[in-house]
Amino acid sequence: MVNKVQSGAAEALAGVLFNGMTIMAGGFGLCGIPENLIAAIRLAGTRNLTVVSNNCGTDDFGLGVLLANGQIKKMISSYVGENKLFEKLYLSGELELEFNPQGTLAERIRAGGAGVPAFFTKTGVGTLAAEGKEVRDFDGHAYVMERGLTADLSIVKAWKGDGEGNLVFRKTARNFNPMMATAGKITVAEVEIMTAVGDLDPDHIHTPGIYVDRILQGAAYEKHIERETTRPREREQA
Amino acid sequence: MAWTREEMAARAALELKDGFYVNLGIGIPTLVANYIPKGVDVTLQSENGMLGMGPFPYEGEADPDLINAGKQTITKLPKSSYFSSADSFAMVRGGHIDLSILGGMQVSQNGDLANWMVPGKMVKGMGGAMDLVAGVKRVVVVMDHCEKSGASKLLKQCSLPLTGAKVVDLLITDLGVFEFDRKAAVRLLQPAPGVTVDEILAKSEAEIIVS
Repeated sequence: MVNKVQSGAAEALAGVLFNGMTIMAGGFGLCGIPENLIAAIRLAGTRNLTVVSNNCGTDDFGLGVLLANGQIKKMISSYVGENKLFEKLYLSGELELEFNPQGTLAERIRAGGAGVPAFFTKTGVGTLAAEGKEVRDFDGHAYVMERGLTADLSIVKAWKGDGEGNLVFRKTARNFNPMMATAGKITVAEVEIMTAVGDLDPDHIHTPGIYVDRILQGAAYEKHIERETTRPREREQA
Repeated sequence: MAWTREEMAARAALELKDGFYVNLGIGIPTLVANYIPKGVDVTLQSENGMLGMGPFPYEGEADPDLINAGKQTITKLPKSSYFSSADSFAMVRGGHIDLSILGGMQVSQNGDLANWMVPGKMVKGMGGAMDLVAGVKRVVVVMDHCEKSGASKLLKQCSLPLTGAKVVDLLITDLGVFEFDRKAAVRLLQPAPGVTVDEILAKSEAEIIVS
């Protein structure tokens, strides 16, 4: 029987990292990012990476640490505004960048994982996002062709998982993780809570285990908050 | 007197109708949630994967797994649901969201919007803005009428890279409210109180029809 469960992030990435590879990394901002696997890639020192991720972390956390360590050659993202180093490296020509509209990025990954090589969307028609791409009319409206996207490796983060690779996400930490799990030639998932097979209700599983090749329980989670925003507690009304 | 940011948000809130599913952008659009008219029940969508966005959490109760698209901590409501980014943009692209209120850098008289990039200077990315303007049923832009330099932001043609072509339905600036038929000109619907039509025409490069 295949054992998907790994003892740690470094073990989970053994034999799959190589220079020049493409990696998809789940998360939105710092929410739902595979922080243990990112740290392990930082330690492994793999270089010339093309990284597909909605954002690029902050200057000191998430994918930002790979950027600071000079490991990333190119990013495919929708928004990188939280990362000053990113802007600097891009404007000085040290980093390649491909911006995709967020919904197009999500759909490209979904399509890639679902065996759909291309699709048409009205997002970005008449903008830089459609430059160099086929535009076709359907029912009197213009749509741009976008390609499905896959990766050598997908690293995702879930709340709970089991030895079959079944995953359950929590709140808005789901974001890009489910699609990325389907689009990696190899998918490695890290979870906060590893449950016994059978403990997860099959009706509640978000990502079926077929998409997950290796799974580990993260050693520790910092779960940074980018913008902690709160309201004062109202006084008790009599 | 031109409208303040708060007054612009309050005017934008009048575009909300009972039962609407609404996406609010970052900046002034976020303030719109504070002015939802009484008796109007709207469901706020956050494009990172949530319907039914609740208020900010009480101090000490912020959850790192529960944020909005501006990366602020938020809370859920009894009606809330969570979903993936692909599902979120299926909602957006599929025309299931009634109204999107966004900020702008430039708007042209045919309804083009630029709000994501200043070449060589600002490189942040479009995020979900291109999907929202392409897919949402009605697009309202809220922005200052002029730049700090005094240059008009309501133009014949945008000089900045577009977020979407012919996508704006309504524009609310500090000087007034403007409607677009996405053709040649833009129609002034309502000047802000105390703002004259002459002032609006003087501060707009776009051709404006005054009805």
